[in-house]
Amino acid sequence: MTAAAPVVLDVRNLRAYLYTRWGVVRAVDGVSFALREGETLGLVGESGCGKTMTGLSLVRLLPEPAGRIVEGQVLLEGEDLVTKSEAEMRRIRGRRVSMILQDPQTSLNPVFTIGDQILEALRLHHGDGARALTGRAEEALRRVKVAAPEQRMRAYPHQMSGGMKQRVVGAIAVAGEPRVLIADEPTTALDVTIQLQYLALLKEIQARTRLAMLFITHDFGIVARMCDRVAVMYAGRIVETGPTRAIFRAPRHPYTEALMGSVPRMEGTVTRLPSIEGQPPPLHDLPGGCRFAARCAYVDDRCRREYPPTVPIGPAHGAACWRVEPSPSSR
Amino acid sequence: MARVEERLDTGLVASAPADDAARPRLRGDLARMPWVSAVIITVLVLGALAAPLIAPHSATEQSLPDKLRPPAWEAGGSRNHLLGTDVLGRDVLSRLIYGARVSLIVAAVALLAGGGIGLMVGIVSGYLGGRVDSFLMRVVDATLTFPTILIALLLAVSLGPGLGTISIAITVLIWARFARVVRGEVLAVKARDFVALARVHGCSHLRIMVVHIVPNVLNTFMVLLTLHIGFVIIVEASLSFLGAGIPPPTPSWGQMVADGRSHIASAWWLSVVPGAAIMLVVLAFNLFGDWLRDWLDPRLRQV
Repeated sequence: MTAAAPVVLDVRNLRAYLYTRWGVVRAVDGVSFALREGETLGLVGESGCGKTMTGLSLVRLLPEPAGRIVEGQVLLEGEDLVTKSEAEMRRIRGRRVSMILQDPQTSLNPVFTIGDQILEALRLHHGDGARALTGRAEEALRRVKVAAPEQRMRAYPHQMSGGMKQRVVGAIAVAGEPRVLIADEPTTALDVTIQLQYLALLKEIQARTRLAMLFITHDFGIVARMCDRVAVMYAGRIVETGPTRAIFRAPRHPYTEALMGSVPRMEGTVTRLPSIEGQPPPLHDLPGGCRFAARCAYVDDRCRREYPPTVPIGPAHGAACWRVEPSPSSR
Repeated sequence: MARVEERLDTGLVASAPADDAARPRLRGDLARMPWVSAVIITVLVLGALAAPLIAPHSATEQSLPDKLRPPAWEAGGSRNHLLGTDVLGRDVLSRLIYGARVSLIVAAVALLAGGGIGLMVGIVSGYLGGRVDSFLMRVVDATLTFPTILIALLLAVSLGPGLGTISIAITVLIWARFARVVRGEVLAVKARDFVALARVHGCSHLRIMVVHIVPNVLNTFMVLLTLHIGFVIIVEASLSFLGAGIPPPTPSWGQMVADGRSHIASAWWLSVVPGAAIMLVVLAFNLFGDWLRDWLDPRLRQV
């Protein structure tokens, strides 16, 4: 369905390191993926695997001065963002790539009204007069289903619920009509019923604007609901990527398999939820071979020596594991 | 699904905005306002502004026949000199009123300059972090180790005494206190997501500092300002007491205390009256600052 849509964001072999006093943290270590118009790619993985750092490096907002992109390309509609100047990036952010963060409580400035904050985002991207801008801002609120936008414009963030605030954050994020939206766990801080509403809202915005979405999460329920494709990240690298259905039905990388095994299921009785033994390797002191080797059930000598290449398995499905045989159908 | 959404939505509308909840609740908080402080501060400011109109006598004119008159309620006092006269026959009340001008001017200049510098340094230091922060904070540390009075005396001696000198001296001494507190606040504000999102939306660093950070530290800054008025008045009085402040004959409270020192046994009012004035005013400003802090901080505000 989405295969025919043009690629909006093409990330090639991106490496972003953090230079800390404990050494070089290789948070993003050779990540490649492509995002098509109107498509949602889920980036999943456990805490500290580099998901957020990947998101931040796409808009060149790594923590300063420690973070640096050391290699790779981020091609936004063919233009490489890695080589852009800071002034050029400022024009790109918000207008062509935007972002929603996890916590709505701190995503809005407590001393300004909702209206002021939406207006600020609009003003940075449009040259309209004050009245036209106010109209646009109310329209933006209406689009994210905030009731009574005219009154809400004058409300302060603390007068709104978390779900409402996150909607406003969404309205601000899409105010500049970006091509790509990076959503970094946007529903983690919301309760479950509000989560569903919010996800439906994002889908709706996406359907209307043909936005490409990078959805960073660790919740497989959300992945199943939201994403067309999934990229599983482990210790700074993408270990498996494929259509959501394929990843859920037939995970090929041992890590994905183990992750799927640890998702609680509704059917059947479970005495004890399986978990993955051990800890991911520290990103400042990575082992030589496959990074999952120490926790992998199928590990052999080669895994410890060499990092496996990404093997194509099916249509748009690939895994970086020595055990995976390339499927004949993909040849 | 869609229907559920609608229902939840309308539920949210029902509990929708109460606009004035945003502002501090005026009536309840005004009741807790320290009225005595407010009155003292108002009287001080009005007195200083209208000094030539309300002072019963000139502050500098000497009248030796009237020297060392006690206050009106003491034996030998007269209605003409409500708080008595000094060694040179000058009216103590009039000198007190004119002296308030000195205190307030010095406080205003020093706080505006010192507070302004401190605010800027604190914001730049906290926001930029890294080497800039380390450098600026070491300068702050160094400034805070200066012995207050000694530095002020040195400055007074090298620049010559006067209103300007004393203001500069106090500015040099207090900016670091502001810078340090503001920096701490900026660090806390900077860590919040809206700062990162502002960058995502294309704001420059300068815009983020001015538009997003400054309003968030302004509460703290205002409180700090009020709490330092008392401190500045005391420093000014101390410097004048030591003779490094405002040169005579311009009256200043510290100097009046100093002048009365040698007559304390026979004419107590010379030192006690300006001393009491200093104490009352400083106390008033401090109480007012405490109240302002509670009032501006929603967490401490009582419902």
